[in-house]
Amino acid sequence: MSLTSNDVHKIAHLARIAVNNSPDDTEQDEISTWLAQLNNILSLIEQMQATETNDVEPMAHAHNLKLRLREDCITETDHREEFQAIAPEVEAGLYLVPKVIE
Amino acid sequence: MLNYSLNELSGLLKSRKISSVELTQSYLKRIDSLNPKINAYITVNPEASLKQAAEADIRLARGQIQPLTGIPIAQKDIFCAKGWKTTCGSKMLSNFVAPYDAHIIECFNNVGAIMLGRTNMDEFAMGSSNETSFFGPVHNPWDLNAVPGGSSGGSAAAVAARMAPAATGTDTGGSIRQPAALCGITGIKPTYGLVSRYGLVAYASSLDQAGPMGRTAEDCAILLNTMAGFDPRDSTSINHPSEDYVQSLSAPLQGLKIGLPKEYFTAGLSAEIAQSIEIACEVLRREGAEIREISLPNSPVAIPAYYVLASAEASSNLERYDGVRYGYRAKGYKDLVDMYKKTRAQGFGPEVKRRIMIGTYVLSAGYYDAYYIKAQKLRRLIANDFSNAFDKVDVILGPTSPQPAFNLGERSNDPVSMYLSDIYTIAVNLAGLPGLSLPAGFSGNGRPIGMQLIGNYFDEARLLNIAHRYQQVTDWHQREPSL
Repeated sequence: MSLTSNDVHKIAHLARIAVNNSPDDTEQDEISTWLAQLNNILSLIEQMQATETNDVEPMAHAHNLKLRLREDCITETDHREEFQAIAPEVEAGLYLVPKVIE
Repeated sequence: MLNYSLNELSGLLKSRKISSVELTQSYLKRIDSLNPKINAYITVNPEASLKQAAEADIRLARGQIQPLTGIPIAQKDIFCAKGWKTTCGSKMLSNFVAPYDAHIIECFNNVGAIMLGRTNMDEFAMGSSNETSFFGPVHNPWDLNAVPGGSSGGSAAAVAARMAPAATGTDTGGSIRQPAALCGITGIKPTYGLVSRYGLVAYASSLDQAGPMGRTAEDCAILLNTMAGFDPRDSTSINHPSEDYVQSLSAPLQGLKIGLPKEYFTAGLSAEIAQSIEIACEVLRREGAEIREISLPNSPVAIPAYYVLASAEASSNLERYDGVRYGYRAKGYKDLVDMYKKTRAQGFGPEVKRRIMIGTYVLSAGYYDAYYIKAQKLRRLIANDFSNAFDKVDVILGPTSPQPAFNLGERSNDPVSMYLSDIYTIAVNLAGLPGLSLPAGFSGNGRPIGMQLIGNYFDEARLLNIAHRYQQVTDWHQREPSL
């Protein structure tokens, strides 16, 4: 099955990737490039369907690991200043983003 | 001095014939003269490296000597290192100075190794040619028109060009082994969980694994001794008893059973590589190994399954790049969603966007079972293939890459043809097994040929042992590109 231009718009939105940010590209051109490339990749992926997998247990991970538990004690120290020093915009210890509530 | 092994360099440092500062300076000089041609490094910081070297010299003078004390090591630009720009080959992190050290950086710092610089790589480790780097492609030291492989292309090129005694890489689908093959060096991807992923910028967390890249199996064994070990900060780190990978290097290969998967020797493999492996089999037979054919019947579905699983994990892992806490933020946006979208559109390159979009699609409502669960089931079948093979043989031998290094630009506009260069390496990551690539010859046009050894879980010592024995009776690994 192949994607349509509408699908690519929807996927790009879900992935939070703008599809028309370059002034010399028309949006349609960028979408049609993505469309062709993603469809090629999906037809490679379709090759999976040739192998029968009924009754096969899905494998998430190389080892049969159980998540470890640790003692409920403080292991992290405060690094707020170092971490915020590399942020695009902070004020009074808070990360700044555009207004989200009117 | 640039051709000395890690063991020889350590001997010179120990006997005070050279200092760590002198050794580091000579490599920095080499980088200075060759990096404009090869572009193996994204960042060098002579002041920081030489400061570390001066500290190492104090340790050496006090007799506090470990095998890597005072030796400069090139680090792939994917490992966070406090105070160093850690770009992951991306515009998104081009201004990111890590506020902490990755586990393996701590390991190297603890033994007094020197950070020689940060090596170039495909953006977020997504690529097989190093052409997706925001900082420009790396050129193969054997032929500047050829790619070095990827994603750890800068590390492979740096080691091959003698711009570093040894380096680190990461391997999600072949990113240590394929560039090692294309640049004529040795590299090992350890068993998943042997080396901590803490501080390694994530691409596909169930597949990512860090490992050593060096000129010889012996150098890789020395690095792996330093890198391997349990780390509670990585939830998938395995508490495996510590091993000395150097100690077992010279063990005889008498009675070793090596399997050649028939699916790896088909029309897609270059005749020159097939022939090199045939000759290598002769060498290994003379060392006492038995060679037999095996089958890995599900090999053909490894690439499709990988591009579902790795892309799905990437789309989730890379959600964190939103322009809020660190990294690039676009200028000029109308609201929060617009800020996210523009930041990600401008900060990521095309290959990263393709994989995020494929991952987003395969995880989206209605497609999850058909793609993601299907791929996880195939992953199980691929792992079972290996498990059946290891009932019959001790290790598996095959090609690392279907062709020697291709030309820059040759595949960069065709993602699917690029993906196929990892056809022999990807299944190893899906199963979580260790794999090692080592030099096994040259093509007619002078480009290196690599071969791959695949071992059972935690069989790194045996892979290094076989590679070392092979390197004692061959000299492919000693060849040097003329630069």
